[in-house]
Amino acid sequence: MKPASTAQQARTAALIGNPNTGKSTLFGALSGVRQRVGNYPGVTVEKKLGWMTHRGRRWTLVDLPGTYSLAPRSPDEMVAIDVLLGRREDVPPIDVVLCVVDASNLERNLYLLSQVLEFGRPVVVALTMTDVGESRGMVVLAERLARNLGVPVVPVRADKKLGLEVLRKALEAAADHSPVPTESPFPESFRAEVETLGATLSEGNGAVPAPRYLVERLLLDTGGYFEAHMLEEKGQTSLRDALKDTRARLAASGCPIPAVEAISRYGWVAKVVDGVVTRPTEAPVTLGDRIDSLLTHRFWGTLILAITMLIMFNAVFSWAQWPMEAVENGVKGLSGLVETHLPEGALRDLLAQGVIGGIGAVVIFIPQIMILFFFLAILEDCGYLARAAFLMDRLMSRVGLSGKSFIPLLSSFACAIPGVMATRVIENRRDRLTTIMVAPLMSCSARLPVYTLLIAAFIPNERFLGGLLGLRGLTLASMYLLGILVAAAAALVFKRTLLKGDAPPFVMELPSYKWPSSGVVVHRTLQGGWSFIYRAGTLILAVSIVMWAALYYPRLSPSAAAPLLAEQERLRAQKTAVELKGTDAEKEQLRNALIVVSDRLEGTQKRQSFLGRAGRLIEPAVRPLGWDWRIGSAVLASFPAREVVVASLGVIFDIGESEDGDRRLSQTLRASTWQGTSRPLFNTPVALSIMVFFALCAQCASTLAVIRRETGHWGWSALSFTYMTLLAYLGALATYQVGMLFLP
Amino acid sequence: MATLLSELSTGQSARVIDVHALGEAGQRILEMGVTPGVTIRLVGAAPLGDPLAFEVRGYRLSLRKAEAALVGVERI
Repeated sequence: MKPASTAQQARTAALIGNPNTGKSTLFGALSGVRQRVGNYPGVTVEKKLGWMTHRGRRWTLVDLPGTYSLAPRSPDEMVAIDVLLGRREDVPPIDVVLCVVDASNLERNLYLLSQVLEFGRPVVVALTMTDVGESRGMVVLAERLARNLGVPVVPVRADKKLGLEVLRKALEAAADHSPVPTESPFPESFRAEVETLGATLSEGNGAVPAPRYLVERLLLDTGGYFEAHMLEEKGQTSLRDALKDTRARLAASGCPIPAVEAISRYGWVAKVVDGVVTRPTEAPVTLGDRIDSLLTHRFWGTLILAITMLIMFNAVFSWAQWPMEAVENGVKGLSGLVETHLPEGALRDLLAQGVIGGIGAVVIFIPQIMILFFFLAILEDCGYLARAAFLMDRLMSRVGLSGKSFIPLLSSFACAIPGVMATRVIENRRDRLTTIMVAPLMSCSARLPVYTLLIAAFIPNERFLGGLLGLRGLTLASMYLLGILVAAAAALVFKRTLLKGDAPPFVMELPSYKWPSSGVVVHRTLQGGWSFIYRAGTLILAVSIVMWAALYYPRLSPSAAAPLLAEQERLRAQKTAVELKGTDAEKEQLRNALIVVSDRLEGTQKRQSFLGRAGRLIEPAVRPLGWDWRIGSAVLASFPAREVVVASLGVIFDIGESEDGDRRLSQTLRASTWQGTSRPLFNTPVALSIMVFFALCAQCASTLAVIRRETGHWGWSALSFTYMTLLAYLGALATYQVGMLFLP
Repeated sequence: MATLLSELSTGQSARVIDVHALGEAGQRILEMGVTPGVTIRLVGAAPLGDPLAFEVRGYRLSLRKAEAALVGVERI
């Protein structure tokens, strides 16, 4: 026992386990609402911390990412090892390792445990999914398992809060005692080589001996990330040769590297499970087996996948409509309130348009994110997500990706933000980055207002095949198709250049089916919404305020504003008179005249703002696309969000934002001409060139902010903005130039 | 009869003889419990014939054909 004075010292436990073991459910049950999600700097791994109190002692719980093995193949996978070894400064040293083991899948789970035991920290095993095993007639004797392992084993049902108290006690007790050193499962010759190599490493490194586990990894992980990482860290060329010799000696003595690890550990596992598991002699065909053969069936499986995806997609698209409108109205109401109650001036406008608008721009995405995460949580927790990846893998591998990229990309048709966030299921870094890079090319719902406005204004409503196909519908469909084709090409290019590497293996568990736990679903849904606010919210708000300022300043000079202001004054005075004794027609006429003046005032102000000036500056660049400086400014102003371009066009063409704005805007756009001439500004090629630009561009600050958060680096946001804008420009250029040859 | 894991027909069981483990795929296959001596059964294939679904050590594992070809087995 430790002295009483330190009895209340805070302790730390790390949770580790295979994916699909109920680890997150257990983490949630132990820490309750006391948890926080952040990022480990420099990597894309989420840092999940939780807290619990047991008998007056505060415990920090570190939920490490689910993994089948502690063989690091990337900086992301190195995080868990560094945490377990106490080598990360942002995580307290680990007192106990809580290894979550799925009882229905004992052998594969114990492989990871065999690695965890070698870290030499006290270990407690939480045995989950005992009910799943029992439903298959399988019984796991926990006490026997504990005896064979030499560490405490606690059966838990986290969803029913069973076994948690016992588990907390076991953690407390394990932390009080120093662990019994675990014997390495490797053959004698391997152990001897590890010792020799470890001694060499320590010599070069001062007095601190290299942890045994790291030395083992150095020998086992041939030519991979870890070897390079260690060689770089140690900076020894002699080490490279020593490794080569050692491996050759081991191979000669019957320890083939790296296969010896799996062979030794699974050999150890076989001894540990001996007498622990009793199975029925004849494996029964379970309900899960029957469901699986249906859901992965060539025909039915594909059909069910299509229907499931259709329902999910439709939900993200249409269920979100109502809350999104509510958010829009709330934002309008709130800025209206600010505008009526605060004195006129820059502060009022900053609050009403910059800040409230910016908060609205964050909140507006929450419904779609939460709906998508709700569906994903259900699909993942019941085990279907892996089947969807299984069914779609062949198709996705044609563009160099795997089946795991399918759902994030599909979700991006509703909105790239939840789509990019959904790429967290892709373990392979290169695949995940490629998916993130191409996801914004899927035509999201924010592009629809742009498409519909321009299609309605400039594409004739012609129908073919007896009215079955319309030119407008075809134009819309071709915009979606364009996004898909360009994304496929871009994925291939990324996988062959920047994100080049061996095709990542598609070695994937197909977890057994179970009912999704409501706790997990609710938690992930909330977590999805919250992590977006937390990760991207401030960035989006900042961009929104900067854009507001760029459109607000510099203010119109008094001399330039004077004629319009005088006109406004005159009309207002007239209006007061007419309100008293005038016909309805006169009142209506005056009201309209006032709107026209204030729209012109607004338009004049915006046109000479920083952004408007930038629009004039870039006119030579956008002329080849068939655009004048006004279209250019509207496109620049829509950098925070594509859909803003409709409102921006309205402001720049002196329409303002009114009830029938869209119809009036269509009319105005059709009537507008190149300044100083009678040549119409818009024709079909110009409309198509704008649509193609918006189909391919990265005009969405929120997506760029999320990419930065998910990848941990601004570089990826910058890259996606650059390459998409370049594609958009070239696409628009080609569309206009080719269009002018055929559709003058 | 010695063959490759990718050559099994649906429903067929086999015993693993060796795994070509030099690349990442081979190491992952080993970690997932496909080790020499273990029994493995082909459960089915995805609609386009690839990837394949196996049953090994009491759970389902999906491998692409190219990855399954890294595993030498004998039919039983």
